[in-house]
Amino acid sequence: MSYKLQFAELLPYWNVLLYGLVFTIALTIVSTAVGIAVGTAGAAARTFGPVWLGRIVAVYVELIRNTPFIVQLFFIFFGLPALGLKLSETTAAFLAMVINLGAYSTEIIRAGIEAVPKGHIEAGLSLAMTKWEVLRRIVLNQAFRKIYPALSSQIIIVMLGSAVVSQISAEDLTYAANFIASRNFRNFEVYLLVALAYLVLAMLMRAALRALGRVIFKAR
Amino acid sequence: MLQFSFWDILSNLLVATQWTIVLSLIAFFCGGIVGLILLFMRTSRIAPLEWFTKIYIEFFQGTPLLMQLFLFFFGIALFGIEVSPWMAATLALTFWTSAFLTEIWRGCVEAIPKGQWEASSSLALSYIEQMRYVILPQASRIAVAPTVGFSVQVIKGTALASIIGFVELTKAGTMLNNATFRPFLVYSLVALIYFCLCFPLSWWAKKIEGRLNVAR
Repeated sequence: MSYKLQFAELLPYWNVLLYGLVFTIALTIVSTAVGIAVGTAGAAARTFGPVWLGRIVAVYVELIRNTPFIVQLFFIFFGLPALGLKLSETTAAFLAMVINLGAYSTEIIRAGIEAVPKGHIEAGLSLAMTKWEVLRRIVLNQAFRKIYPALSSQIIIVMLGSAVVSQISAEDLTYAANFIASRNFRNFEVYLLVALAYLVLAMLMRAALRALGRVIFKAR
Repeated sequence: MLQFSFWDILSNLLVATQWTIVLSLIAFFCGGIVGLILLFMRTSRIAPLEWFTKIYIEFFQGTPLLMQLFLFFFGIALFGIEVSPWMAATLALTFWTSAFLTEIWRGCVEAIPKGQWEASSSLALSYIEQMRYVILPQASRIAVAPTVGFSVQVIKGTALASIIGFVELTKAGTMLNNATFRPFLVYSLVALIYFCLCFPLSWWAKKIEGRLNVAR
């Protein structure tokens, strides 16, 4: 190989990379929080809601789980303005990630809810708890404890998938990489560095989520 | 000026769908072969081989597929080889698929009771023989459902090959959108075609999974 790798060429662009990194982290955190809320509502609607609502949720889940994220993103960013709904790059990216994670987490949380024994719900109701109290304190509490590992890995998958939002020029880490590559043509160096940044980010997130899980689900 | 009717759009998309299918099949089968080799390495109890596979899997599962496509596209070119999007996409998707399949299959191998290993080794079978005649036949039964389920991820993964310029379904959608300015229609159709490819597989995977649970 006659080519010499020159990572020093990337130094002048450290602020671009940092901005992209912060953007990716912020986008992941915000869309994860909202996405899990959507997923919780979806799972509750599928298990406890009326039949028609459950069907709508099922269609939503299957549609999202069986199409690529990039197509969902393009549909939202390019397709919806045709209907008069114009979104900025960041809003479209956020919306696509929420919709995507919402569908996956609906399925994950639903599995958790279904694993809660019926007797627990009946016991809660017989203790004069309201439906909401039973849902929050008995069903969701236990469900989340069970599915937390699965949900954590889905969150990391969504973070990695967010690299695609660079394609609608949302200014994430991959966008920063593309930007730098277009300036100094050190494609391989930039992409290698950014790939490693994603790897470290994924590892840190996994550790952070595990620590967070220990705090939330403290052994009683 | 050239006008695109609905049928023009649809037929062009369907032509491109063939490439999505071809790319998915190649990635899945080559990924399966590489994954099987890695599985043998991962369960071999030879430390350097295990470490290699661990790092390999960590890298391909811990970085975005898009980054892997870029790295293959620009990385191979550094050796002075001309890289087509086709080659980069095939290689990246193969390695990406293999990393996930190895992890899935390792889970299935580990689900086989320890006694099976002990019994077969007490019958003087070598490691390869143990895997070939005792472990894999049992593990493959539980592996079918998650493997079929993962094939859906492979099909969806091929959509990213559009970014490095490989003309498959998503890229064709982008090109048709640029030509027709009907993004809502075009991307709806693209999504619908992906759905028609993926949903039967998801459904089948779920069905096999249900059948396995009944058997126990």
